[in-house]
Amino acid sequence: MRRRDGNPARAAWLVVAGLVVFMLALAGCGGGGSDTTGGGSSDEALQKLGKGEGEVSLISWAGYVEPGWSKPFEQKTGCKVNNKEAGTSDEMVELMKTGQYDGVSASGNATARLVAAGLVAPVNTDLVPNYKTVFSDLKDQPYNTFEGVNYGIPHGRGANLLMWNGDDVKPAPDSWDVMFDPKVAAKYKGKISVYDESSYIADAAMYLKFHQPDLGIENPYELNEEQFNAAIDLLKEQSANVGEYWSEAAKQISAFAGGDVNVGTTWQYQYFALKEEGVPVKASPASQGFLPKEGATGWSDTWMIAKDSKHPNCMYEWMNWIIEPKVNAEVAEWFGEAPAQELACKETENKNFCAEYHAEEPDFWKRVYYWETPLADCGNGEEDCKDYNDWVKAWTTIKG
Amino acid sequence: MASEAVAERRSAGHRLAGLFHGRERLQVGALLAGPVGWLVIGYLGSLALLLVAAFWSVDPLSGATIKEFTLENFEALVDEPVYRDIVWRTVRTALLVTLTDAVIAFPIAFYMAKLASRRGKALLVIGILLPLWSSYLVKVYAWRTLLSANGAINWALDPIGLHGPGYGTTAVWLVMSYLWLPYMILPIYAGLERIPNSLISASEDLGASPFTTFRRVILPLGFPAVVAGSIFTFSLTLGDYITPRLVSNDQFIGNVIFSNVANNQPFAAALAIVPIVVTIAYLLVARRLGAFEHV
Repeated sequence: MRRRDGNPARAAWLVVAGLVVFMLALAGCGGGGSDTTGGGSSDEALQKLGKGEGEVSLISWAGYVEPGWSKPFEQKTGCKVNNKEAGTSDEMVELMKTGQYDGVSASGNATARLVAAGLVAPVNTDLVPNYKTVFSDLKDQPYNTFEGVNYGIPHGRGANLLMWNGDDVKPAPDSWDVMFDPKVAAKYKGKISVYDESSYIADAAMYLKFHQPDLGIENPYELNEEQFNAAIDLLKEQSANVGEYWSEAAKQISAFAGGDVNVGTTWQYQYFALKEEGVPVKASPASQGFLPKEGATGWSDTWMIAKDSKHPNCMYEWMNWIIEPKVNAEVAEWFGEAPAQELACKETENKNFCAEYHAEEPDFWKRVYYWETPLADCGNGEEDCKDYNDWVKAWTTIKG
Repeated sequence: MASEAVAERRSAGHRLAGLFHGRERLQVGALLAGPVGWLVIGYLGSLALLLVAAFWSVDPLSGATIKEFTLENFEALVDEPVYRDIVWRTVRTALLVTLTDAVIAFPIAFYMAKLASRRGKALLVIGILLPLWSSYLVKVYAWRTLLSANGAINWALDPIGLHGPGYGTTAVWLVMSYLWLPYMILPIYAGLERIPNSLISASEDLGASPFTTFRRVILPLGFPAVVAGSIFTFSLTLGDYITPRLVSNDQFIGNVIFSNVANNQPFAAALAIVPIVVTIAYLLVARRLGAFEHV
């Protein structure tokens, strides 16, 4: 038959060529401009609370929405809770872009992006009665308030920990030197555990802020070219000593338990899990009660409401519920973080909880640098700071 | 009434059958419309859309895509030496894993195809397929435990004064070779089984030594099957990013795509073109080596 005589290779090439042309055409005439919006005013916020819509869809960090306090919420308000857990801030931003969710428990390295992308709406705090008694040093912060407009309700906060194996690392370190100072870190060559995310660049910047004041670093998330390069150089130097970069909590737990690493940066979750397994880990501030002398990076999470929320009344009910003194105490103890609600400290099961987590000590939190989204504009009007994409790309070069 | 309806239905069926009768193109077209439509629209179409994005850029703050033609992603890819290192590391590992698997798989496949009893053959096939029934993640985590400083490998080697490889590039090579071995054995087994035993007997009758028979008869006839298997091992290694993440600090192409996909999809798309180009090149070489003949 005639048809079979055609050269199949030629046909295949024609298909490929056709696809390429099609792609280029699409890329060329995709239409100009991006759909960025941003900047809002408090007028856009809900002005009056109405009746609940019967359900609410949330995006949250694991441990923030648990049956222990979401079931009573459903009974009280009639709003059924649909919860989607996200593993990273990037994932949260991606999920919010789908437009299917009413709210999100965003960390500071997601909030600015959510606002800039026009995905979240301002919050009218008058409609959230419990907001009045939120710790004042959590209100009107750069990661939850933009151009004077409030975009969320604080949930809780914590510091990233320095954790070490008490059998191998002596004396107990009081500084991030064990991970950054080449002389000290060399003792633990191949045994250092580092968080595998571009936001870890801020940990290096925080270290430099303390040890090299002439660089003039103010905020470890606002770095100009020179400061940024100094942080990257420090991290490249560190990478020779790194045993493992971790991104999943389970990976770090198995590395500490298996003796592959013995000092590193971590979250309370891994620390408590390892203690439970009987691994002799210690951590500051969790077990030692102090921060390393340079301070620490950390997080302060904010409940935000989606701009096109289909269930705004239920979302407002949720934002008020989660900082109800009793509920906020429950969440904080379950997760291992300091509550956002002042009155929660009276409701905790462990009466020392707020003291252990320094919840009521503003001076402690002044040395905690909450995650923020790095922006080109760091307030000096020059747009000369490194932005988030620069951070992500630099992180690739550090690991090589 | 009833018989009328049946007649009508039959006539509708007849009409439809009549429509197709003798029209070969229409028959084939109707049969393939669904699958081909899915392939072109669902599969190639989404792939094309992904690749189109490679020529766009992203607003650094909001992560919103700016749909204007630009080559900046590809420039970044070429200018920054770290990406060359990563591409080379990925391709090198893929080649190494492929070679390792071919060397291990050939004797096993040969034994299965030509020497084993029916029972032995069945047992071997089950043995090779069994690991494919368990989750990929479980297998990688199992290797992670084995390779750990206090793990089984070090425990076994300790009495003779040796150390396991620990986590790192060697570990990635080991784990990948383990993971993709079945995909190499099965095509070779299928290929070798089709070599008629009479050819081997003829070679012996004509005075060839077993080695010569292997070199001049079995290897040339079995080689296309090896190349076919290598397509699996090569492309699977090329696309993997979880194994490198769990047993080493090495970055593969997939890891960089993963870290960029959330906030900079256009750059991730540009990166995704690299393995596609490498795979196409590999397929062209494979075609030269005869992988697609007699299939």
